Amino acid sequence: MLRRKKPTKKNTGRSDAIGEGLTALCGGALALNLLLVAALLVVLVVNGMGYFWQKGLLEIELDDGRRLMGELQEREEIPGGASGDGEQAMRMRIKVGNRDLTGQDFVWIDEPRIVSREHPVEAVLLERLEWGNFYGSMVELRRGEQVLASGPDETWRALGPLREEKADQSRAIHRLERGEIGDINHELEKLRLVQRRLELADLSDAERGRRAEEIDQSVVRAQAQYDALSRQLFAMRDELLAETVVMEAADGTRQVVPVGQIVRALRPNEMGLGAKLGLYLGRLWEFVADDPRESNTEGGIFPAIFGTVMMVFLMSFAVAPLGVLAALYLREYARQGPLVRMVRIAVNNLAGVPSIVFGVFGLGFFVYLVGGSIDRLFYPEALPAPTYGTGGILWASLTLALLTVPVVIVATEEGLAAVPRVVREGSLALGATKFETIWRVVIPAAGPGILTGLILAMARAAGEVAPLMIVGMVKLAPALPIDHHFPFVHFERKFMHLGFHIYDVGFQSPNVEATKPLVFATALLLIVVVTIMNLVAIAVRNHLRGKYATSAV
Amino acid sequence: MAESLEVSFEPSQENQEAMPTDAEAGYELPQADLASSPPEDDPAINPQLERPILDVSKLSLWYGPTQALFDISLSIPEKRITAFIGPSGCGKSTLLRCFNRLNDLIDAVRIEGDVTIEGDSIHDAAQDVNALRKRVGMVFQKSNPFPKSIYENVAYGPRVQGLRDRRKLDEIVETSLRGAALWDEVKDRLNESALGLSGGQQQRLCIARAIAVEPEIILLDEPCSALDPIATAKIESLMNELKEKYTLIIVTHNMQQASRISDYTAFLYMGRLIEYQETEKLFINPIKKQTEDYITGRFG
Repeated sequence: MLRRKKPTKKNTGRSDAIGEGLTALCGGALALNLLLVAALLVVLVVNGMGYFWQKGLLEIELDDGRRLMGELQEREEIPGGASGDGEQAMRMRIKVGNRDLTGQDFVWIDEPRIVSREHPVEAVLLERLEWGNFYGSMVELRRGEQVLASGPDETWRALGPLREEKADQSRAIHRLERGEIGDINHELEKLRLVQRRLELADLSDAERGRRAEEIDQSVVRAQAQYDALSRQLFAMRDELLAETVVMEAADGTRQVVPVGQIVRALRPNEMGLGAKLGLYLGRLWEFVADDPRESNTEGGIFPAIFGTVMMVFLMSFAVAPLGVLAALYLREYARQGPLVRMVRIAVNNLAGVPSIVFGVFGLGFFVYLVGGSIDRLFYPEALPAPTYGTGGILWASLTLALLTVPVVIVATEEGLAAVPRVVREGSLALGATKFETIWRVVIPAAGPGILTGLILAMARAAGEVAPLMIVGMVKLAPALPIDHHFPFVHFERKFMHLGFHIYDVGFQSPNVEATKPLVFATALLLIVVVTIMNLVAIAVRNHLRGKYATSAV
Repeated sequence: MAESLEVSFEPSQENQEAMPTDAEAGYELPQADLASSPPEDDPAINPQLERPILDVSKLSLWYGPTQALFDISLSIPEKRITAFIGPSGCGKSTLLRCFNRLNDLIDAVRIEGDVTIEGDSIHDAAQDVNALRKRVGMVFQKSNPFPKSIYENVAYGPRVQGLRDRRKLDEIVETSLRGAALWDEVKDRLNESALGLSGGQQQRLCIARAIAVEPEIILLDEPCSALDPIATAKIESLMNELKEKYTLIIVTHNMQQASRISDYTAFLYMGRLIEYQETEKLFINPIKKQTEDYITGRFG
């Protein structure tokens, strides 16, 4: 790298103090920006990614004889409480779990009160589907009243194979619920709608009666199928919960945990680095790929990732043609004059409208007006329950498309304006029409500019939360907008979104303390998702640029 | 179709190339010389033409309130090179762009008089402007290859005309590139971007692109002004070959170039046709004093 030689006073004759100062100021501003971005990432990574790392289990005895077991979360100085020897006394926050016994996940312990600390090897951490973590030791494994194994080590050894069996059963139950029972529910709902449509239809009584009977027969058949399946499901659930493990907390309280509800059973104090690393990756994968549990405080955030990505894609499909066509008209066809200038100013101002205003517009226009009309015309049988007349992923995407269309218009116009006039004339001089010129020469040459606009629009859309809260985003969506039921893509469904998930987990959660790291992890993931989408778009743009690079002059 | 073309590009600084101010000419002539248009039998506008293909009669053109061309009448011979010379802003490019109606693209242009090609008026309402531009190809001052591959550049015209047959396209691309003396240089990289070519190659590519639609007339608007002498020499020898098949009209600043390659030369000054003769006659023995002053370098 070449270093610029500093001009000295001797050879310039005059000092350039202002210029040098300005350079330093500009460089400093850039450095500050970079520093802030780096700090943001570091904060997110440290706070978010540490959450998945398994710490050792600590068992402590207090001066009043109480015993606690859990994971050390953090230490801090006791405010205003200096100990006798002048050193500042510390206190520690311990995650003690066992919410079903104690009602709280975390306790603060003043360190001077601690009599002894141990890291018992047989200390067990159970991650459960309900009630969060359990910390304690194993007493025995039972099936009903029958004891299968007793003692910490024997129980631990017996639990392993049993849990694999239970995992299979659990998967089978999931398949049944989501698969066959889901299908029958879908079928029953469809039949209910057919029935309702029949009531609304203009038919003779005889015809109506005949068809109603047909439908009733189908309903009875489906209902019978449903009953059989749900009996099967209940039996499977009973079987899943048949075995229990009796646990003993540090204070001696016993708790019975069904083996089928255990997500993970760990002995963190005897795990090596490799095992912990595997566990870390496993938890990370669970976070990215699983559904949330326990009102979003545990499990994964896959539906939120899916919802965010799908919404951004739908938004792009809507905004790209809308913005590009509008810009084409403004730049290529409209006679440049005061009216076009005014339109241009209006478009630019549209970019500055607060996003919540777009949300309100989306609610009033898309949801109530368009969606309501669609419901009245095409889904009268489902009323008063709305189909499209309520927030959904389609309306959210279109609302965001409106929000981001100025970005695309401005970028596209700039891209079109950058195509040299001589190139257009070259095409026209070969006998091409204006449309052919625009389609075959101008748009390909402006392609990178158009894509830049789209990239900016996508980045903006992925980070937008406020308008979505009133047009279809929810804290927990029962189903993804894409599934195996016809028509496979359900534009009317509500969806989860990473941005809203951060807010919900961080501030609306019943267990804010426990989910704080999840806020950071989710925020980090949102940034990663947006970055990946942008990188893909940038790669496409650079590919086009290589193909259609315009000459420099 | 013509209407849609008229409402188009912003009339901004780009037009100045074609619409300069009088001050640019930088020379003042006695107004008496310009007050009246030359009579029909002006001996200064009387070249011996064998077969005229393009006739201009009493053509005047205004950019908004500014008149750029004054009552120009001349005939262009078939399969010869005709050069338009004159100082900057004299209207030679404007006149050239009348022949394929490229001035239609500029707002607020008004034209009087007529241009006929083999007897057909190009301003006729029945005249399809795209068909006209297919008959009258053009090469611009600045090479303007499309941001596509070399092959696609040459195939663009035929494709626009609706040709889809890949084999025919291959054939046209090769003949056109050979015709523009570029084939040997680019035959191995037809699918590379045309923007990777040198300036002279790009200009020859533009010529290849123009002859790919088999025009009758090719307009060249200062095709060598941005090229070095070697590239210029290549284009000039190419033009000598092209006149076997095409009628060429070239606008040039370079009087040596005009005298080297053209058969006929027209001298324009401040929007008027001053003299139009066989090239040899015009350069050796000009009739008008202005012509003599210009070609001897006393102004312009």
